[in-house]
Amino acid sequence: MNITLTLIAQVLAFSIMIWLVNKYMWGPLNDVLDKRRQKVAEGLAAAEKGQQEQEVARQKIEDELKQAKAEAAEIISQAQKRAGEIVDEAKNAAVEEANRVKAAAQAEIEQEVSRAREGLRQQVSSLAVAGAEKILGKEINAKAHAKALEELTAQI
Amino acid sequence: MSESAQAADPVAYIQHHLTNWSTSQPKSIADFNVLHLDVIIFSALLGGLLIFIAKKIGESLSLDNPSKLQSAAEILVEFVNDQIKNVFPHPDKLIGPLALTVFTWVLAMNAMDLLPVDLLPSLWTGILGLFGADPHHVYLKVVPTTNLDTTLGLALCVFVLILAYNFKSKGPIGYLKLFLFHPFGKYFIPVNIVMTTIEELAKPLSLGLRLFGNLFAGELVFLLIALLTLGAGFSFGLFIWFPMQVLLDLAWLLFHLLVITLQAFIFMVLTIVYLGMADATADDH
Repeated sequence: MNITLTLIAQVLAFSIMIWLVNKYMWGPLNDVLDKRRQKVAEGLAAAEKGQQEQEVARQKIEDELKQAKAEAAEIISQAQKRAGEIVDEAKNAAVEEANRVKAAAQAEIEQEVSRAREGLRQQVSSLAVAGAEKILGKEINAKAHAKALEELTAQI
Repeated sequence: MSESAQAADPVAYIQHHLTNWSTSQPKSIADFNVLHLDVIIFSALLGGLLIFIAKKIGESLSLDNPSKLQSAAEILVEFVNDQIKNVFPHPDKLIGPLALTVFTWVLAMNAMDLLPVDLLPSLWTGILGLFGADPHHVYLKVVPTTNLDTTLGLALCVFVLILAYNFKSKGPIGYLKLFLFHPFGKYFIPVNIVMTTIEELAKPLSLGLRLFGNLFAGELVFLLIALLTLGAGFSFGLFIWFPMQVLLDLAWLLFHLLVITLQAFIFMVLTIVYLGMADATADDH
């Protein structure tokens, strides 16, 4: 149990050991621990952020779904309206066409009637002249009695 | 060590075991011409082993998938970090490596105590015997911390650091004030100087002597247990003494596991505490 030069040697050895331990053990391991701590913190932050983003995305999806549904409903109602309109238009057009056809038919009928009447009238006037010739026994000068004949045909 | 008649003498056996392999035997209580080779070699080997392991771990440091060895080392570093955080007022670059060195190195040196007391010395005697050395003068003490030089050397380093930290944190005048006015105030300056000087000197001394005493005593108990069957021939008594020796050895070994760890831990914690106190400025109190 003596103090010897070994003391100095051990002091030196201890100093060197501290340096070596710092270089090869303390330093690298602390680095790793710090980095891991940082990584874990980053991971947790990222997870948090991811959750938030998911929440936002879910909200967005919900909104868009709602909007899409609304649009679909709108489109359907518009389509129904349009269909009603088309049906109405078709109905109106049909009615119009029918009316038009009816009017044309009536006009034609009237034309026919007046034409027939005209023919009849002329036939009646010539018949009347022939009858009158027969009754009178002489030729009637159509020109001299044109006025009277026209009055007659107008009466018929 | 039953091969020689001298070894059967308990006193000689123990004395032989307590003698270092040295350049020469010390002639006085402080003889600086002597170098204990075994102390230096074993402490250096153990230090080298620690650094080798550390390098090995360092080669494959992984952030996500640490090896078992790396995890163990990380636990150790975290453990030391915790101790420091609890005590040290300011962040400091030196205290971490210092504390880790103290713990690992002292623990490694202490752990040499767990080897059977005769194993390495017998091997060494055998090897040197091949070269014609006299076995009675072949000495080997394998536990560096059972040597006063080692423990006081470590304590001396801590003491120097205590002074350095005190100067750094308090300044020379602040440190002087500590001597003058601590612990009894300004009316007891002479008493204060004596008290504080004793206090400061007691720190490294107690640090070194505690470790030395515990390990030396532990080693001695192992030697005493080994004495039970020392030089015994085959006899009826051996059936009682041999199992007893095994049992006692096992019991002391288990207990000593606790002691060597605890002593390494205490050395580290006290180093941190002393330096933490030295690093504290007046406003930290």
